[in-house]
Formats: sequence, C-alpha cells, structure tokens
Amino acid sequence: MKTKLLESVEQKSLRPQTPYFEVGDTVDVHCRIVEGEKVRTQIFTGTVISRKGRGMNEMFTVRRMIGDEGVERVFPLNSPNVIDIRPIRSGKSRRAKLYYLRDRVGKGVRLSQRHSKHTVSK
Amino acid sequence: MAMLLGKKIGMTQVYNEQGKMIPVTVLQAGPCTVTQVKTPDSDGYAALQLGYDDVKASRILKPAQGHAQKANTTPKRFVREWRLGAKDTPGYAAGDQINVASFAEIKYVDVIGTSKGKGYAGAMKRHGFGGFPGSHGTERKHRASGSIGGYGSDRGHGGNVKKGKRMSGRMGGERVTTKHHQLVSIDEENNLLVVKGAVAGPVGAYVEIRSSRTRSQK
Repeated sequence: MKTKLLESVEQKSLRPQTPYFEVGDTVDVHCRIVEGEKVRTQIFTGTVISRKGRGMNEMFTVRRMIGDEGVERVFPLNSPNVIDIRPIRSGKSRRAKLYYLRDRVGKGVRLSQRHSKHTVSK
Repeated sequence: MAMLLGKKIGMTQVYNEQGKMIPVTVLQAGPCTVTQVKTPDSDGYAALQLGYDDVKASRILKPAQGHAQKANTTPKRFVREWRLGAKDTPGYAAGDQINVASFAEIKYVDVIGTSKGKGYAGAMKRHGFGGFPGSHGTERKHRASGSIGGYGSDRGHGGNVKKGKRMSGRMGGERVTTKHHQLVSIDEENNLLVVKGAVAGPVGAYVEIRSSRTRSQK
C-alpha cells in the first residue's frame, strides 16, 4: 500500500520528464561521473534488454558488445546521475526481456530495425 | 531542542545531492497542540504536554475531555510530555500549535516508537544466541539457548537461575528509541518529516520525534 503522502515525498526524486523508450531500442545513456573534483559525462550506448520496477524503483538494463565481451549496465531510471536517455534506434522485439541476446554472438545480437517516431538521430 | 508527536507513514527512497539513493522513513508530525504547561512551582518539574490527533469527545473519558477544554482545544488521542530543564522558558502557552516548521534548523532527530510485537520468541531471535549446529550429532536442540547455569552459580548452591538471565519470552511491543536520524527534508504543507533510516513500529503507529541532543545540529 502506498499512500499519497509517500508518493508526494518520492515525487521530488522522480525524473521530471522520462524520454520514451522501449525494450529493444538502442539508447545513448548520458551518465554523470564524479572523479574527485571533476565531473564529466560519459555516454554508454547499447540495447535496452530489460525494464523493470515501478516508480522510484524502475531500472533498465543496457547491453552492448565491447570487442567479444558483452557488457551490461543496470541504471536506475530516476537517478540524477543518469542525465539523459536518448533512443537512437528502435529495434523489433516480441518479448519484454531480451535475455536471449546474452547467448548470442556476432551478427546474432542485432535486432531488425523498426521505424518508430520516438528515436532521435544523432 | 524541539519535539513533536506524529505518525509513521512508511518507508521509501529518495536521492540526495550526490545522486545517491538513501532509505528514508516518512513521518507525519503535528501540528501538535500544547495541552498543558507544567512548571516547577505547580508540578515539581518543567514540561510541555503535547497532544496529537483529534478524537471524538464521545470516545474519550470525561476527565480527558475536561483537560483538553482547559487548553481550549479538542480532545487528543496521543498525549506526551516534552520535558524541559528547570531554567528553560517554555516559549509556548497552553493551546498553542507546534508544527514541523519548528524543526527547520535541525539536522538530526531521535525517534521514539513502539516496536512490532513478535510474540513468544526463542533465544536465538530474541537475544541473538548462536544455537547449536545443524548436524554432527545434534539432536532436538538446534535452536536451544544452552546452559543457563550450574549447581554453583551466582545464586548460591542448588540450581537457582540468575536473575535477568536471557531466555526465550515475549519479544517486541516495547518502547524503542532510534537516535541520530538525519533529517532529510521537511514538507510544511503536508506536515511531513523525512528522516534517514528505519523507525521502530508498524505503519500508522504513533511516534515521538525530538531533536538529537548528542550530535551537533550544525
């Protein structure tokens, strides 16, 4: 049970506007990285293979191949350290979780493109 | 020093300035009404009596109704004292309202609640005893407390168990103070205090909230 009062507290931590993206999309995730005094932005690009959780707890997983190695990062959707999420390519997916991509290598990891309005070109 | 009475709303998480997620408890605090000002002259000690949460007059005893009427207020369900030093000036009169704005300068708070009742609990759960091994010949005493003293124990010869010996028994449902909660934010509109960490008791339970005495409020 979540009361309105609890939601009013969470509201301040939620992202004011969440860009629309779906599982299967290729996204640029702009992360804020603090190294001592310096703050810089790092972009992690990959395929969204999962979105889970609700409200404050919503997380999404981005997978990309670096060389022969698959790299996955899990981001909290509402974290202030995730500055921006930009969908750059929309992929066709028929399921909610694309964990089967983990078992694939090479050309198998590609999803066929779906033309969609929510992606932005680089 | 500041004190308020309130209610536990529940727990959630928020992000702080560093972008770290912190666990918080949301408390609805006040507005409280000062129902009586106690002074060393009249009562032997100084205190402010606070009342929280209105209750229908028909649901409360007549003396409590009269007591509330003296302070020109409605009867309250939850009444506690805010003890003051003999030299402190109360700063409030009977009938005054205190709300979360009085916590504006405060960084750390103590929260007093009543813990959830656990019923009759064994020594492992109640006191953190280790129990016995799961195997290697242990039979029928995996969660037993072990020896509670011998023939020549501290209460003389003949097998008396020492007073206060930790054993199984009723657990929970008692007054628990958790100290030095960082006060994360204040919502004056909804009378909310958001404190870091967990607070004893179930959601909806009454709590006392006061500024921490021992940690710097800066």
